[in-house]
Amino acid sequence: MEIKLKLNGKAVAGSVEADTPLIDFLRQKGCYSVKCGCDTSNCGLCTVFLDDVPVLSCSVLAARADGHAVTTLEGLQEEAADFVGFIADQGADQCGFCNPGFVMNTIALLRENPDPTDDEIRAYLAGNLCRCSGYEGQLRGIRAYLDSRKGKGAQNGN
Amino acid sequence: MATEKYQYVGHAMRKKDSMQLLLGKPVYTDDIVPRDALVVKLLRSPHASALVEEIDTSIALKVPGVVAVYTWKDVPRTRFAIAGQTYPEPSPYDRLILDRQLRFVGDPVAIIAAETEKAAAKAMRLVKVKYKLLPAILDMHDAKDNPVLVHPEEDWYPPCPVGGDNKRNLVASDVESDGDVEKVLADCDVVIDHTYHTKAFQQAMMETFRTYAEMDRYGRLHVISSTQIVFHCRRILSRALGIPKSRIRVEKPRIGGGFGAKQTAVCEVYPAFVTLKTGRPAELIYTREESQIAGSPRHEMEIRVRLGASSDGRIRALDLYTLSNTGAYGEHGPTTVGLSGHKSIPLYTGSLEAFRFSYDVVYTNLQPAGAYRGYGATQGIFAVESAVNELAERLGIDPTVLRDRCMVRQGMTMPAYYNEPASACALDRCMAHCREMFDWEHRYPVRDMGNGKVRAAGVAMAMQGSAISGVDVGSATVKLAEDGTYNLIIGAADMGTGCDTILAQMAAECLDCPVENIAVFGADTDVSPYDSGSYASSTTYVTGKAVEKACTELKGQICRIAADLLGCAPEDALFEGDHVRCGTDGRTVSMEEVAYKSQAGNTHAAESTATHSSPVSPPPFMVGMAEIELDKLTGEVKLLNYMAVVDCGIPVNPALARIQAEGGIVQGIGMTLTENVTYDHRGRPVEASFMQYKIPTRLDMGHLKVEFENSYEPTGPFGAKSIGEIVINTPAPAIAHAIYRATGVWHRELPITPEAIAMSRPEENA
Repeated sequence: MEIKLKLNGKAVAGSVEADTPLIDFLRQKGCYSVKCGCDTSNCGLCTVFLDDVPVLSCSVLAARADGHAVTTLEGLQEEAADFVGFIADQGADQCGFCNPGFVMNTIALLRENPDPTDDEIRAYLAGNLCRCSGYEGQLRGIRAYLDSRKGKGAQNGN
Repeated sequence: MATEKYQYVGHAMRKKDSMQLLLGKPVYTDDIVPRDALVVKLLRSPHASALVEEIDTSIALKVPGVVAVYTWKDVPRTRFAIAGQTYPEPSPYDRLILDRQLRFVGDPVAIIAAETEKAAAKAMRLVKVKYKLLPAILDMHDAKDNPVLVHPEEDWYPPCPVGGDNKRNLVASDVESDGDVEKVLADCDVVIDHTYHTKAFQQAMMETFRTYAEMDRYGRLHVISSTQIVFHCRRILSRALGIPKSRIRVEKPRIGGGFGAKQTAVCEVYPAFVTLKTGRPAELIYTREESQIAGSPRHEMEIRVRLGASSDGRIRALDLYTLSNTGAYGEHGPTTVGLSGHKSIPLYTGSLEAFRFSYDVVYTNLQPAGAYRGYGATQGIFAVESAVNELAERLGIDPTVLRDRCMVRQGMTMPAYYNEPASACALDRCMAHCREMFDWEHRYPVRDMGNGKVRAAGVAMAMQGSAISGVDVGSATVKLAEDGTYNLIIGAADMGTGCDTILAQMAAECLDCPVENIAVFGADTDVSPYDSGSYASSTTYVTGKAVEKACTELKGQICRIAADLLGCAPEDALFEGDHVRCGTDGRTVSMEEVAYKSQAGNTHAAESTATHSSPVSPPPFMVGMAEIELDKLTGEVKLLNYMAVVDCGIPVNPALARIQAEGGIVQGIGMTLTENVTYDHRGRPVEASFMQYKIPTRLDMGHLKVEFENSYEPTGPFGAKSIGEIVINTPAPAIAHAIYRATGVWHRELPITPEAIAMSRPEENA
């Protein structure tokens, strides 16, 4: 079947099978940031936005995206670059394979709740598994970013 | 000992690849290979033990898009080992690419290559196999000297004498001792005698096993794989495929985690075989299920500890017997088991009068085990540290104080660790530091919270090694570029750990230039100097020293080239970072001038390759403390705090060292509480996906706090030892200890589930 959607702001069309998962379609379209980690909707690596809502692209059919807007990390480079350096400062990127899904979900969190507590961060990102970092460094990175943002805001008199 | 004198070593800095990784750039195997590669799939045995009586591929081959289906009849008959180890490998040559005899549920029966995933999947269902079921060994206790043989074949071959015998289902067996352990035990006031059991835990790295193969422009087999061991991989492929090493190139891109899993060539041979047969690019990506059921997990071990002590808490004798289950094939079987004793017993060098360590490693019809962070030390330390905690509790002595009396200290010689010296050992300081940081005095006493919940704490120590002494080889090439920057080329494999970065920090320190001026590349068998690979906690310690050596040599070369420019004697030319100065008259030439000179009418190489190996393997040390809250009704354990202090020598990059420690601790928490490996009565694995195999989420690990006590290892680069593996070793014994404190029950089998806690009673367990 033919589908048409907006991918990272651009109109794209493609031919998919009825059972093609969205992740396969996105990787075919060159969005290699989208990773498969588990096949069972447990790991969060394949997180993308469907109409700005985070979804697991391994568990959404490509056909479902027909007529909708899909955003991957390729489309959010600037918004991500804003804070991922703070994760890098902690060394918490590690192998990096979980990073795109984790970064996407963190963007979703910060859009929804610009000033989350540590427990809110943990709860929101609970579905994003990471086997390398032990999570604490990711949290420190996000916290450092939020603190720096507050610092900047204060300087600007906000 | 202080790191203040260093500009780059000892300083936290970002990983060189961090922004590529965090912004999701295409850097992993499946991101960079051509889209038109053949999809390779493996038909796997549904039986734990069977013979392929008949196999018919004719219908499968008719599926449109299917290019080839290979069976045991099509593959070379040379047995090989897929363990990534230095030749001659201690692991037996017990595998064929496809074997007629199937030895575990998941053993490959046929290789299918097709244009699309769908065609491959359809063909897989249409391969007709008639299996002859054979009796299976599903319990490691039944394996040794059972008439049912997992490997009856006559061409089973052990390249090293490790005490194995395939006609006894034995992969390795040995006993060693120092002093008369029976005599000392008989003289002890207290003897703790218990058996501890750990499972075949999965590394569960986020990127599953995967390999791509193609014929390159020279007609050679070019393999791109998510591997920790490019050079071992080339040697393994050469033997398995029967082609010379000169016809094979193996490289690794970025790797989505390894933890030892990728120290075994788990999937490389299959797409390589397809490419060799068809001449076409081929890629195999394991599903999570395949990684769970046919990967290379930790060796299941059962360890009997007999610990003898005086009534004042001096540990006088340790007697360990380890039974290790290598599963259907022997990868890493003979070596992992050694660490269960060699890296647990020496912790008590301070008071030990005698020890004995004996073991058997057996075949069963279960998933073959491999290398997983900790590599046997994890299992041994769970057993010994638990026994020590049992001793302390029985004697009513604070377990940290008891350890202070018995632990290994700097300057001691460790008889149970190949008589190596503890040249750098801050274990005593780690204990004191952790006790204070954790507030042991207040958290150790059991606290009833009055709502059915109890808070309690536990402690454990750990050690590991830094490389395999006298075996592991690390090399580095450093080259000068025209603008005075450098290329550092290594064969070690950064699998996310950050070794590319810490090795660049060392090079920058040696060459007195910013870390940004060091471009790192690794690893590719065509390009990299030889390196055993990244495993056995070796890269910082061994490859790091090679970097140091290569830089020293290169500086000499640079001075020779500069001397020509300056018209001075080479011994008068002084390397000063961005320039070389003539010591006699003070004139200088810039590094850029030297670099350009190196490319015109010059006969001194502006590059250097150095190789290093170490006769010793200096252990890092660690203390970990856990605080839990246990629900007495449900048995649920909530980890509140985990604190640890690590002595890894001088941490080259404290941020990365800290993350290594935190990540390892959380993996240790997983194997203690939630990760399980079980089989049904037919030998089928139960935990085949992340639905059943529960690795910790960020809600399951409480709060972590990791700090360091530095020591200075004289044989290491800049005083460094290792950090990668030791960090997984303390959680199991420390949490088991806390659970005992809360319940009065010692749990000697991992994982310790809420069910196990809720169903246990103190009296069962005295």
